[in-house]
Amino acid sequence: MRDRLPALVKDAALTALVAAALGLFIVGFKTRDAGQGLFFDYQLVDLAVAVATIFFGRLGLQLASLGLKWPSFALGAALGVIGAAPLELPSTFLHWFVVIAGVLIILRTIWPWANAALATARHSQRGRAFGQRGAKWFGAILLAAAVLMPFTSFADQKTMDLAVLILTYVMLGWGLNIVVGLAGLLDLGYVAFYAVGAYSYALLSTQYGLNFWMVLPLAGMFAAAFGLVLGFPVLRLRGDYLAIVTMGFGEIIRLVLLNWVDLSNGPAGIGGIPGPTLFGAVFAETAPAGKQTFAEMVGIPFTSNQRLIYLYYIILLLALVTNFFTQRVRRLPVGRAWEALREDETACKALGINPTNTKLTAFAVGAMFAGFAGSFFAAKQRFISPESFTFIESAIILSIVVLGGMGSQIGVVLAAVLLIGLPEWFRDLGAYRMIVFGLAMVLIMVFRPRGLIAHREPSVRLHPARAGP
Amino acid sequence: MTDGTTAPLIEVEHLTMRFGGLVAVDDVSFAGRPREITAIIGPNGAGKTTVFNCITGFYKPTVGRLTLRGEPDYLLERMLGHEVGQKAKVARTFQNIRLFPGMTVLENLLVAQHNKLMRASGMSVFGLLGLKRYRAAEAAAIDKARQWLERIGLVADADRPAGELPYGAQRRLEIARAMCTDPRLLCLDEPAAGLNPRESSELNELLVSIRDLDGVGVLLIEHDMSVVMRISDHVVVLDYGRKIAEGAPQAMQNDPAVIRAYLGTAEDDADA
Repeated sequence: MRDRLPALVKDAALTALVAAALGLFIVGFKTRDAGQGLFFDYQLVDLAVAVATIFFGRLGLQLASLGLKWPSFALGAALGVIGAAPLELPSTFLHWFVVIAGVLIILRTIWPWANAALATARHSQRGRAFGQRGAKWFGAILLAAAVLMPFTSFADQKTMDLAVLILTYVMLGWGLNIVVGLAGLLDLGYVAFYAVGAYSYALLSTQYGLNFWMVLPLAGMFAAAFGLVLGFPVLRLRGDYLAIVTMGFGEIIRLVLLNWVDLSNGPAGIGGIPGPTLFGAVFAETAPAGKQTFAEMVGIPFTSNQRLIYLYYIILLLALVTNFFTQRVRRLPVGRAWEALREDETACKALGINPTNTKLTAFAVGAMFAGFAGSFFAAKQRFISPESFTFIESAIILSIVVLGGMGSQIGVVLAAVLLIGLPEWFRDLGAYRMIVFGLAMVLIMVFRPRGLIAHREPSVRLHPARAGP
Repeated sequence: MTDGTTAPLIEVEHLTMRFGGLVAVDDVSFAGRPREITAIIGPNGAGKTTVFNCITGFYKPTVGRLTLRGEPDYLLERMLGHEVGQKAKVARTFQNIRLFPGMTVLENLLVAQHNKLMRASGMSVFGLLGLKRYRAAEAAAIDKARQWLERIGLVADADRPAGELPYGAQRRLEIARAMCTDPRLLCLDEPAAGLNPRESSELNELLVSIRDLDGVGVLLIEHDMSVVMRISDHVVVLDYGRKIAEGAPQAMQNDPAVIRAYLGTAEDDADA
């Protein structure tokens, strides 16, 4: 250890030097508009703390990778404590930065041990049974928490808003999971179907006065039809080619919405979309003529939260329908054919499976759920414009599926909470939150390259007894 | 068994396949009979796999007719890739194993019964509703899969991912998967490649039982001459895309043209 120390320090110093050189311009200066012109603010303390953290962080990681558990653990713990200490640092982010560095070192130290322990657990009979029961319980608890959430003390306006947003992405993730996770078709234009659903509801409700529950199935059908129309010519493409074409299709839909002003009102969007009703009752303070509000119907005083809670339950229901459908269809011949197609298309053909039809069903079904989610989105926002359906939406949904672990249902939930929830919760960090977001993604890719939940549960077992305890 | 009296199951007539200027298969004709194993042998690059790819719908032949006899007859060269398996009931395995590695052994065998199960599930509608009709069909499919797993000795591994199995087991599973499609003609592309002698003799037994018990016609590409000599009823020899000989296995062993193709002549010993 002693003879290695100079080399380690040299390596860490070099890393810190690189960080200092890069950070000098990115962190070291900040321009400030002071009325008469731009001035520099120097943030040298930030820079110094960051560089020092990187120095010790690198040292800790190196120690950990050499198997020197205690020194690296101590270093990690020290960084964690320093970061959490009430020092006078220029920004909260620096505290976080130091703490995260400490946590990373500790994680790196215990990683080999934890990994080995997990591997033994996974391969033992009891460990497997425990894992399966655990997954079942975890799902049940998550579901119960989701159902009861609006009645807990957490349920303020902000949290409910965020919960509705996360659930929308969970639903979209589950829908895309059918296309990407099960059928293995890389679809970068998923948002197109979401847009079709949203505009279906927006137009049918504002032009023809149809209500949400009537339009919902129609929107799903329209989106599925679009899926078929798009899928037919492009599904003979494989892999990257398919991804590029679907991406193009997503953009085409957005551009059509932007430019076909007669239909979609162009960039100005469509406003005044009615919210969803419950047996004809509206969620508003005063009902339009001939209708009654939910509060009047039930006989309770009106609060603005009622509408949000109703929306929450609608999206929860829609998401659960998506999930139930996927779980069910996985055990059907068509679901197995989707997975087989993902594994080996040539072999599928040799077994007499029609690859085009099978892919088309996956594409259409995935599109249908995006259509449902889209009409919910329009009903929630009450205003939609092409701006809500940019490529970045497709990218986020795809990230949720990939990070969650392709094909894993619970993984999608975790990834949605992480990807949508984290940036919202860390809003206090300002622009730095995108660094945390990026860091989270990098960490997942490094430590779980096949997604958070990479385990695949067989759709059917010949020996079900072994799955039990 | 090669008395030549049974009507052929598959007739290959004047099959030619060109890839640009390269003639991979040149005017090859032969027939395979039901309840017989027809071996196609020949040196590397003789065009054996190309013949297979034409029969199983992966290639469209440049010239030639491929007829699967039955009620009705199927002209294989006119069918789409997957229809050859779905309608004409021709199943195949691949030279480099193509299982669904992430799916379990049992799931592999259920995917093979896709078309039957799909009808039973009423294009998924009955299945989604969980109707009894579909559940009975699925139970029957699982039962069939179990029977095949017993025949290939993989019952205990049924719930493992197929990609985790040892090589020899994967070979057997691929054959069982092809058989689960209820084929009339089974095309095996080098099933004994990479097997040890014990596995190879197990494979022989399996293929003989497929011929005698299941009554399926088998086309077999094989390099392992011990397999070819022991189990095949009829041998077709290809070299440079042409058929150079055809007949009973013992006759082929002594055929001068075959010996020349495999061992080369004095002037032509570069291509063994």
